Amino acid sequence: METELTLRVDGATHHLRVDTRTSLLDALRQRLGATSPKKGCDHGQCGACTVLVGGRRILGCLALAVAHDGAEVTTSAGLAPGPDEAHPVHRAFVDHDAFQCGYCTPGQVCSAVGVLDELERGWPSAATADVVAGPDLGDARALDREIAERMSGNLCRCGAYKGIRAAVAEVAGVEDGARR
Amino acid sequence: MTTTLEPRAIGRDLARRDGGAKVRGTAVYADETPVADPLFCRIVQATVARGRVTEVDTADASALDGVVAVLTTADAERLASTDDAELAVLQGTGIGFRGQIVAAVLAGTDEVAREAADLVRVTYAEEEHDARLSADRDDLYTPESVNPTYPPDTAEGDMAAAMAEAPVTLDRTYTTPMHHNNPMEPHATTALWEPREGDGGHLTLWDSTQGVHPVRQTVTQIFGLEPEQVRVICPFVGGGFGSKGTPHANVVMAALAARAVPGRPVRLALTRQQMFSLAGYRTPTIQRMQLAAERDGRLRGIAIDVVEQTSRIKEFAEQTGVPTRNMYAAPNRRTTHRLAALDVPVPSWMRAPGECPGMFGPEVAMDELATALGLDPVELRIRNEPEVAPETGKPFSSRNLVACLREGAERFGWAGRDHRPGVRLEDGWWVGTGVAASVYPTMRMPKSTATVTYDGGRYVARIGAADLGTGAWTVLPQIAADALGAPVEDVDVLIGDTDHPEASVAGGSSGTTTWGSALVEAVREFRDKYGDAPQDGDAASGSVKPNPAEEEYVMSAFGAQFAEVRVHTDTGEVRVPRLYGVFAAGRIVNPRLARSQFLGAMTMGLGMALHEQSLLDPRTGHVVNHDLAEYHVPANADVDDLQAHWIDEDDPYVNAMGSKGVGEIGIVGTAAAVANAAWHATGVRLRDLPVTLDRVLPGR
Ligand code: FES
Ligand code: FES
Repeated sequence: METELTLRVDGATHHLRVDTRTSLLDALRQRLGATSPKKGCDHGQCGACTVLVGGRRILGCLALAVAHDGAEVTTSAGLAPGPDEAHPVHRAFVDHDAFQCGYCTPGQVCSAVGVLDELERGWPSAATADVVAGPDLGDARALDREIAERMSGNLCRCGAYKGIRAAVAEVAGVEDGARR
Repeated sequence: MTTTLEPRAIGRDLARRDGGAKVRGTAVYADETPVADPLFCRIVQATVARGRVTEVDTADASALDGVVAVLTTADAERLASTDDAELAVLQGTGIGFRGQIVAAVLAGTDEVAREAADLVRVTYAEEEHDARLSADRDDLYTPESVNPTYPPDTAEGDMAAAMAEAPVTLDRTYTTPMHHNNPMEPHATTALWEPREGDGGHLTLWDSTQGVHPVRQTVTQIFGLEPEQVRVICPFVGGGFGSKGTPHANVVMAALAARAVPGRPVRLALTRQQMFSLAGYRTPTIQRMQLAAERDGRLRGIAIDVVEQTSRIKEFAEQTGVPTRNMYAAPNRRTTHRLAALDVPVPSWMRAPGECPGMFGPEVAMDELATALGLDPVELRIRNEPEVAPETGKPFSSRNLVACLREGAERFGWAGRDHRPGVRLEDGWWVGTGVAASVYPTMRMPKSTATVTYDGGRYVARIGAADLGTGAWTVLPQIAADALGAPVEDVDVLIGDTDHPEASVAGGSSGTTTWGSALVEAVREFRDKYGDAPQDGDAASGSVKPNPAEEEYVMSAFGAQFAEVRVHTDTGEVRVPRLYGVFAAGRIVNPRLARSQFLGAMTMGLGMALHEQSLLDPRTGHVVNHDLAEYHVPANADVDDLQAHWIDEDDPYVNAMGSKGVGEIGIVGTAAAVANAAWHATGVRLRDLPVTLDRVLPGR
């Protein structure tokens, strides 16, 4: 069974006809030719497919395309303000060499942008000492734990975690958040 | 002695050239290759571990709207070579292991291909299989050689006499489980077969591989094609760690599928689950260690007897005993390898084959010996430092294990360590520290060629090398720039395409040595021909040459890893709050990228220590935890204070760059350091990996 739907991806509008079994990830990759969301497991176990929908991070492989008709999807490619410009998270990832093979990376970047927003809103995580007060952004060690916890849904087999944490902490406004 | 380049660009902390494309996700990997109207290929895998396919019913699959072809043993093309049983895809009805490809479906969408693959009904004549590894089997055999070409057994002196006579001896067995590489990018190929009038047709493979030329070589042999008929392209690889070092059945399947639908591109990406039977893995190992020592700690004898598995259809013999051959001084020595050929998937390379599992048993044994002797484990290793390579008597081109141990001990704060186990309790956690040594040989592949062209004020070098996250896109220009004496900004090096000159596989940490040497030779040719003022279009090529110093010296990188482990007194949860590595790996070409390699490998070593094990059920021959929810690799929060350092090492013999290779040594020794620290924390000796709570708790 097929159905029509509309997706806005990185600012561009696409009308497409998909098999109703199509995941959002496959709609992006296989129908629209988007290269930024990656497929590492197709089972919600690795985070490589992380994209932002309405500003919040979701796993594209666990979302059905038909459930996102009309959605505003942002991939890492769409985060940059312009073709020759970089998002602060992009820059921090390159500076801290927060990746090697690059396959988990666009998902990490989207996750990082989502995490920064969650921290900003004061949403607690399992690493938050006081869930009523929210995450303590002033304490570098506490922030590092928050980032480690919140970024743990994005696996990196190259093992770039230290760089990832330093990059996210830097954008969060704390220099060198990963303990040295 | 090799003429060493004057390092100007070499040694600089440069960002990755492909960084911008990778963070945005605009770097294109195999499965994303933009092609028009591709077909999607989904495979069907054997559900028995041994036997024969008696019938494949494709009726329901073929009837599905959108299915273009169903390929089975009955109708797949006959391959020109079936010598490699792993790669003889759909060539016979025999089943060598559970998960073998028995059919494939091609359809216009992935959803339909997947449904159709489920509808293919395969009937088997099942035979009794054997997938149980043990050291007690009566059918263990000695392979002719172990990976790649080492003798399986070595012996010197009289190890039995040393064990009988030495005042202190240790005889213990250690095990490491089956491990899977699990690069984040699943093995994938986009393939296109174009029949052409007159020349027999052309195959293009956009393949996720650690070597485009090795893939081409395999594919031309298997399909009986000429090299000009096959082009393999791979600008980016989403990790491999050895599993993409040699083409597996999926690559042949993709080519077979493409040839069945001429003119139509085909995409074949293995699922994560399928990778557990088709993409190679590290064999489980059983390592019996014997150490015979004087009271002062000096070894009189060292021996390792290894039992491991291979598949019945194709041999791969992990060289687990090899690192013991040159690690510590001892007059009496023995190493052996015995294999069980089982009805299991084909094992293959995984990061630091040989050294990685093979430094677990010995380095835990050394820790046990230090305890038996009442010696500091750092000091025990220093006392057994050989003056020359124990196996051959040749000198090392450079060997800085002791310097790494000393610097690591200093950075870690090892001095004054209370060596007693199980005596430090902090806030409900047992706390301990441990150390282990790392080693990895410095290898150079025999073949690789580069060309250098001058064009519009820039130098462009070409070589079919691969960057699987290692940094070749960035590091090779640094080497070429120093060879040219040109600013690195004015040099491009293009890689990842068989249209470039032939390059060796990215494996054995040999890439920088091999390709870098080819670049240096190409530049030498270029300068000889054109001097310092070339004209546009001037071009020259050069190839890596044998290194005569290899006859005289043994070349290896060394390292030392220090771990702090905390084990929760009630739950047995094991954490590693600190893990430091210090390495001596020659000149570091790019510190930012080398650090990532060391840290990444140590992180994988942490996974080996605490999490990773593939559970193959011998009753079915099936890896039951075949996904990332159940095969646990380290996640972000598993890593805490992780540090990699290196000592300045000047080795004039290895190559013109003075570099030794940094991709694999970081995983060697990590698990032993962690297991030793877990013992120091709890008093429970861990001889089997991974160090999970069920292994720690009963001993407390
Ligand atoms: S591909 Fe979606 S979580 Fe792995
Ligand atoms: S950069 Fe390779 S998996 Fe993260």
